[in-house]
Amino acid sequence: MSSNKKQLPSYRNRIGYHGGLLGGVGLIASMAIVIADVETRSAIAEAKANDQKASLEQVIPASIHSNDLLADVLLIPDANGKEKKVFLARDDSGKVTAAAYEMVGYGYAGEITLIMGVDHEGKILGVRTLAHSETPGLGDKIEIAKNDWVLSFEGKSLGNPSVEQWGVKKDNGIFDQFTGATITPRSYVKIVKSGLDFFSQHQTEIVESDAPTSTDPTLDEMGNPTTAAPSAPAKTGRNANASDVVPNVMGKLSHDS
Amino acid sequence: MTVDYKAIVKEGLWDNNPILAQQLALCPLLAVTTTATNGLGMGLATMVVLMITSLVISLFRDIITPEVRIPAFILLIASVVTVVDLVMNAVMHDLYKVLGLFIPLIVTNCVILGRAEAFASRHKILPSLVDGFTMGLGFTLVLTVLGAVREIIGSGTLFANASLLLGNAFAFLELQLISDYRGFLIMILPPGGFLVMGFFMAGKRIIDTRVAERKKQEAANQPADIALASSSD
Repeated sequence: MSSNKKQLPSYRNRIGYHGGLLGGVGLIASMAIVIADVETRSAIAEAKANDQKASLEQVIPASIHSNDLLADVLLIPDANGKEKKVFLARDDSGKVTAAAYEMVGYGYAGEITLIMGVDHEGKILGVRTLAHSETPGLGDKIEIAKNDWVLSFEGKSLGNPSVEQWGVKKDNGIFDQFTGATITPRSYVKIVKSGLDFFSQHQTEIVESDAPTSTDPTLDEMGNPTTAAPSAPAKTGRNANASDVVPNVMGKLSHDS
Repeated sequence: MTVDYKAIVKEGLWDNNPILAQQLALCPLLAVTTTATNGLGMGLATMVVLMITSLVISLFRDIITPEVRIPAFILLIASVVTVVDLVMNAVMHDLYKVLGLFIPLIVTNCVILGRAEAFASRHKILPSLVDGFTMGLGFTLVLTVLGAVREIIGSGTLFANASLLLGNAFAFLELQLISDYRGFLIMILPPGGFLVMGFFMAGKRIIDTRVAERKKQEAANQPADIALASSSD
């Protein structure tokens, strides 16, 4: 009878064996994942930092800053109350020349994440798509690799074009839509505009923030290493929100408060 | 018990090809094969996972009881995929950026569970490894050819972005076959994948039928030859 089948020990039929087996497999599986996670964590973090640096360099030209963008970060709560990382670019004297940050919004087929660089007057230096799930061949023209459409944002600001013209041509705006895809560029323009709104709301805060002294060796050499850097976020405070009402008068706001 | 490796290879590449014969893994197939490069990348990643899971499951095959085999296999497969995902992210970050989305999808690839169930849980380690490799290779070949066909018809290029996947040495693979091509969108969208795959499957059927007919004819001729030869003696 049992010549065909291997003789199995009887304990294999007990429920405890099954439970123990599953538990053991789970233990092995989770151990493997923990080891892999610990071993790869620093390498992944480094690779991600490099990615971020590369995308920052695309939207902030190297000529206008001399600091390490990744080290000079200002945290500002956005409209949803989430902390947004704003990367600051400074020239040799430590003055903020530009800022870069990510914006997220909904396109035709899901979230679009983009990074935009804005100079201290609120003019767009560059916009790049970081992640999206738009239709291949139609909506994916928002990638710089597929089409140079995102370059059409360069040099634009909230006043140029006027608020009504911040849209695709179909909506009487100035930006091209794609053949066969209007929703993607329409929402893209909206995301970029909300990014500019974000900047104008926090312009004072961003432009007047002080450089982190620990990461900027040039300040140490100048002899005044402690230029009230720790109090910088507190100083900028919430009075910058006054600009909510008048988002159009860009460039003057930096002196308001 | 000897193992017929030649049969395993033939099974994986043609007779029992994961896509053309078993018709498994259609979800990643349709989603990913918009270009030949994507197909190749997905195929290679799947192949690696398939080999590791075949190895692991073959190793555990005597401990795991039939009653709990499915959850145990799934758990092992999911953890292998996660580890591969992490390691690729750390070691081959550029490649990961291209394939990153698809790698977690490998867990849902029924080819992996199918091979674990049908082969690795019943065979020794080496045959299981070979089976994982050839099944993965068969999968990769179909994905690459399918991606190539869709890419050529859909966007007029071949192996676009291959240098991202394989390094700059392979930049010569990137071809613009039809210049100033407006594209044929349906081939890039999932329906195009179904269309091309349908033709592939039909083609395999035709070839298989022809081969079978020829064999029948040969079998019919052979006894006559032998009879002829023996009678002339």
